[in-house]
Amino acid sequence: MKVEQRPADSKSKEALTDKASLLNLYREMLLIRRFEEKTAEMYQLAKIGGFCHLNIGEEATIVGTISALRQTDYVYSTYREHGHAIAKGIDPKAVMAELFGKETGTSHGRGGSMHLFSADRRFYGGYAIVGEALPIACGSGYAINYKGTDEIVMSSFGDGATNIGAFHESLNVAKLWHLPIVFVCVNNLYGMGTAVNRASAVTEIWKKACAYDMTSERVDGMDVLAVRRITDQLVAQAREKHEPSLLECVTYRYRGHSMSDPDTYRGKDEIKEWQTRDPILSLGEHMKKQKMLTDEEIERIDEEITAQVEDAVKFAEESPDPDPKDLYRDVYAGEGAA
Amino acid sequence: MAVLAMRDALNQALREEMKRDESVFLLGEDIGLYDGSFKVTRGLMKEFGEKRVLDTPIAEEIIIGTAIGAAMSGLRPVAEMMTVNFIMVAMDQVVNAAAHIRYMFGGGTKVPLVIRTPGGGGHQLGAQHSHSHENWFAHVPGLKVVAPGTPADAKGMLKSAIRDDNPVMFIENEGTYAVKGEVPDGEHLVPLDKNEVKRAGDDITICAHSRMLIVAMDAATELEKDGISAEVVDMRALRPLDMAPVVESVKKTSRLITVEEGWRSYGVGSEIASRVYEEAFDYLDAPVARIGAAEVPAPYNKRLEKIAFPGKADVIVTAKALLGKN
Repeated sequence: MKVEQRPADSKSKEALTDKASLLNLYREMLLIRRFEEKTAEMYQLAKIGGFCHLNIGEEATIVGTISALRQTDYVYSTYREHGHAIAKGIDPKAVMAELFGKETGTSHGRGGSMHLFSADRRFYGGYAIVGEALPIACGSGYAINYKGTDEIVMSSFGDGATNIGAFHESLNVAKLWHLPIVFVCVNNLYGMGTAVNRASAVTEIWKKACAYDMTSERVDGMDVLAVRRITDQLVAQAREKHEPSLLECVTYRYRGHSMSDPDTYRGKDEIKEWQTRDPILSLGEHMKKQKMLTDEEIERIDEEITAQVEDAVKFAEESPDPDPKDLYRDVYAGEGAA
Repeated sequence: MAVLAMRDALNQALREEMKRDESVFLLGEDIGLYDGSFKVTRGLMKEFGEKRVLDTPIAEEIIIGTAIGAAMSGLRPVAEMMTVNFIMVAMDQVVNAAAHIRYMFGGGTKVPLVIRTPGGGGHQLGAQHSHSHENWFAHVPGLKVVAPGTPADAKGMLKSAIRDDNPVMFIENEGTYAVKGEVPDGEHLVPLDKNEVKRAGDDITICAHSRMLIVAMDAATELEKDGISAEVVDMRALRPLDMAPVVESVKKTSRLITVEEGWRSYGVGSEIASRVYEEAFDYLDAPVARIGAAEVPAPYNKRLEKIAFPGKADVIVTAKALLGKN
């Protein structure tokens, strides 16, 4: 699918020309890539159970959006959220430990791959029901306005979520109540195995915001700089004007829907074509051209990050399982009620 | 102590808690400008403003979702569902989200949320406005479920529910909003996990909650005229389910009737009966009798509706049968 981009005027182009900023984006994307590759390996070794959905291919969309936020801003995500959690600043060790089901994981082994969480990082969770988190994100937005603080909320979801009622109810009240939310649609062109044009009457998701008179943009989700520039603008609009927006990032997941997906519904050529636009390689090339990075540095960064991921696995391996006596802990707050 | 209608007792609880705690706010359909479908929120928008009494679109999923997110972000929302039948549209938010969030996120957050909603039939409102579903919610770990049957308990339990750090399903009943009773002024808190004997008796135990508590009390008064002394246990705390007063009562009376306004199958009475069999089987002189609604979608026709929902006569006949006094 060819991505038609609507022009987006960015205030933050300046901020994205310095080496330190670009290097941060590069490292974050590579960390997610290597983390997810390792996750696949660990899944195949049966170290990780349940369903497991990888972010490989979507790194520019994740890092381009979440890097525009403050630590106190809220992020709501889906069951495909390892990368979002890491980008929001959760230690990869705690993420891997959660995938391993360990007590040291983000959710103490109670959640697993689909339910990462961190109050401290305001990563307000991975939700495994398509579209469920959008109304909840609106609640955080309402609380921000209620308290008169200046955080914002980012609600991230797939193209499939835009066909359910909760999406429309959420956009409606976000606009009606002036909620400081950026809705980010990670359009990876498939809702499980169903292509977006087989599930949605409107295949350009950004257009769905028109019904709510809401700012909306479509961006090449494989280009981290483009994603970041437009996100900066939409975040500023949410923070300063309390106006919500919908950002459609057109991207692609290189792997199947989950680890158990045989991937029979799309052609190998299609996957290869998207891989030629790889977000990490593209940014690396761009930085080399700008004389900001050399092949040797790229190799060194990769080694560092690979070691960081190995450390995460080691931490997860060595961490204890939850104690069986704690089975009932945290069903209720503040007591041990059954 | 003032005599108040149930709706005014609830209103008083909301007003007092909103005054006490700035983080308490209300949201729901027509609760503000319209003063609430059943007038429970009357005058509150005028007093507290539109931010704290939020009129929402008629869109149940966004109401509950917004309440959950606000609760996770430091507020204490009280959401009104105009009737419990409408909450079906938002069941994903109630069960998959509100009830499970704390556990699935490893205790990393809490959801201090109250969902007020009336069930109950008897007003010719047909199959989509008349049912009682408290058992659905009471099935789910992570939710608390209460269903008071007196104005005093309504006030005291609502105040406790608002102060609780968990999602609480606060089940009201359309048929009780006008029922009057004495209500303590000011700080009156009733725990969410304590059932209690509302009328002492020796011959038979009757368990009931919400509007059926009133039916059970009326039946007990009638039974007394026939020389039958019935003990009535108010099952206002459904989850966690406080069985202690029931078990204690059954040990004394050896006979138990459960009364609920919803369908019997897989119902509140089924759960109570099971627990009595587990905890006091040897004390029973007869099988537990369950009274509930006829297993049909609520009919519109007045006569059909009357026979579809349980009433005083059903309790009296069942009690006499259980005691062999028909």
